[in-house]
Amino acid sequence: MAKRRYGHWHGHQAGESGRNHVMANIVQFENVGLRYGTGPDAGPETLADLSFTLRSGAFYFLTGASGAGKTSLLKLLYLAQRPTRGVIRLFGEDAVVLSRDRLPGFRRRIGVVFQDFRLVPHLSTWDNIALPLRVAGMPEVDIEQPVREMLAWVGLGDRADARPATLSGGEQQRVAIARAVIARPEILVADEPTGNVDPDMAERLLHLFESLNKLGTTVVVATHDFHLLGRIPGAQMMRLDRGRLLDPTGSLRYPPTRPE
Amino acid sequence: MMSRAIKARSSAERRVLDEAGGLRAMTWVMAIMLFLTMLAAALGLATAGAARLLDRQLVGRLTVQVVDGDPVRRDAVAARVLAALRAMPAVATATPVDRAELTRLLQPWLGSDGADPQLPVPAMIDVDLADHDGAAAARVAATVRRLSPIVRVDRHESWMSPVNDVMRSLTFLALALVLLMASATAAVVVLAARAGLQTHHATIAVMHMLGSTDLQVARLFQRRIALDATIGGVGGGVTALLVIAFIGIRLHGLGSELLGGVTLGGVDWVVLALLPVAFVVLATLAARVTIVRALRHIL
Repeated sequence: MAKRRYGHWHGHQAGESGRNHVMANIVQFENVGLRYGTGPDAGPETLADLSFTLRSGAFYFLTGASGAGKTSLLKLLYLAQRPTRGVIRLFGEDAVVLSRDRLPGFRRRIGVVFQDFRLVPHLSTWDNIALPLRVAGMPEVDIEQPVREMLAWVGLGDRADARPATLSGGEQQRVAIARAVIARPEILVADEPTGNVDPDMAERLLHLFESLNKLGTTVVVATHDFHLLGRIPGAQMMRLDRGRLLDPTGSLRYPPTRPE
Repeated sequence: MMSRAIKARSSAERRVLDEAGGLRAMTWVMAIMLFLTMLAAALGLATAGAARLLDRQLVGRLTVQVVDGDPVRRDAVAARVLAALRAMPAVATATPVDRAELTRLLQPWLGSDGADPQLPVPAMIDVDLADHDGAAAARVAATVRRLSPIVRVDRHESWMSPVNDVMRSLTFLALALVLLMASATAAVVVLAARAGLQTHHATIAVMHMLGSTDLQVARLFQRRIALDATIGGVGGGVTALLVIAFIGIRLHGLGSELLGGVTLGGVDWVVLALLPVAFVVLATLAARVTIVRALRHIL
């Protein structure tokens, strides 16, 4: 398993397809609600009555207007937040009652591309991308090849020593994506990953996600960009509106359509 | 190969917290704290040693006085006491104090009258015991007192007990200072670790999201603080040892019997040399506990 997850990136774009190999539920939400703050400071529910499942190896777009709760939903997915009610099953386990000690193990199975990249500003491109492998305890000697391949994969082979401040928005975005996927996560969660790049780059990044998805990673991309939705064949869409999934049954629709 | 891998890992970890090269404030704080702590510890060890030495010296010394207005009877009893003392196995030496010496001692108070042979000055005998323990001194004193009612025995131990008390107080003060400094150092480390957490909050959040455990994050801070403490400890420690050695040489040069006892033995030097190590361990543990506790409040 570890070998698969941290394996090298040869032939990523050679048409390998793992998307349909395993189609078990990797994520399951049951009546999940999220409210920020507690007691008298508690606000209204940011997310309410969310019930849906994500199939392993599938590709999902999460759409909705600003403030609809996309980022909050992603935070629940990548375990940065616990829900105030409901059940979240992740990798077959109840993530709501998961002890703090077990969170790192779960988080290593999830790759996250943050909306604001969250690159470590004083680390080079190389070190930012290598960070998940170092966190996972991979020996330094084994880190070099996957990082080199990843740099080439995102087209930043010549920017390995650059600090984030010297990179363009698109380059930073690609570093963030490379960091999120280098450890071959089982789920990739991306929050507006194309928000800071031009359309060409957006399409290229999406192609990176698709390549990863073909290797078997479940991909969840939150985006405003409706032009992207039809670019991934077989992708499904979840639409959020004021903290609720629009489809009351919780089922996911395909093909994606532009919301009214 | 292995050491290169460890070095590479260490270097990578150092980069995560944006460690600038050169000396940091923490290094200076540790150097100053350790310098002061080692001076306090040296004072404590030296006074404890001096008190022990004084104890050993004084407990084995007595002065026997034969007090009588009749010089003939006084001298006869003194001779009997001297003979008895010299016959005791517990007594190493028994030396009568020379009359001329007594006259010299009295001169500041009595002037030339002190030399008057009719003056009822007590006959005195200085006694050094073979065994420097309190029980032997008590036994000798009791035996000598039984020889004649005009015999008085002064144990030097009781004369110098206030000095000894002062020395013991200094020792306890020094110990308290060392503990205070250790507490202050731990407090500084706690503050530094908390400040570090604030400074690196964003990096830590990212590391958590990438699956870092609390101990992994704590290790980064621990390693950094241990490095600061080691550099500061070596600097402060070596300086303190040089100062202590210098003061020791100066005290020795005074030739004072009392101050001459204020010296450090081999074990004392080892204890002093171990203090920097103890401080590094203390700082590292304080950093680890602080970071791990703080991280528990973050999901």
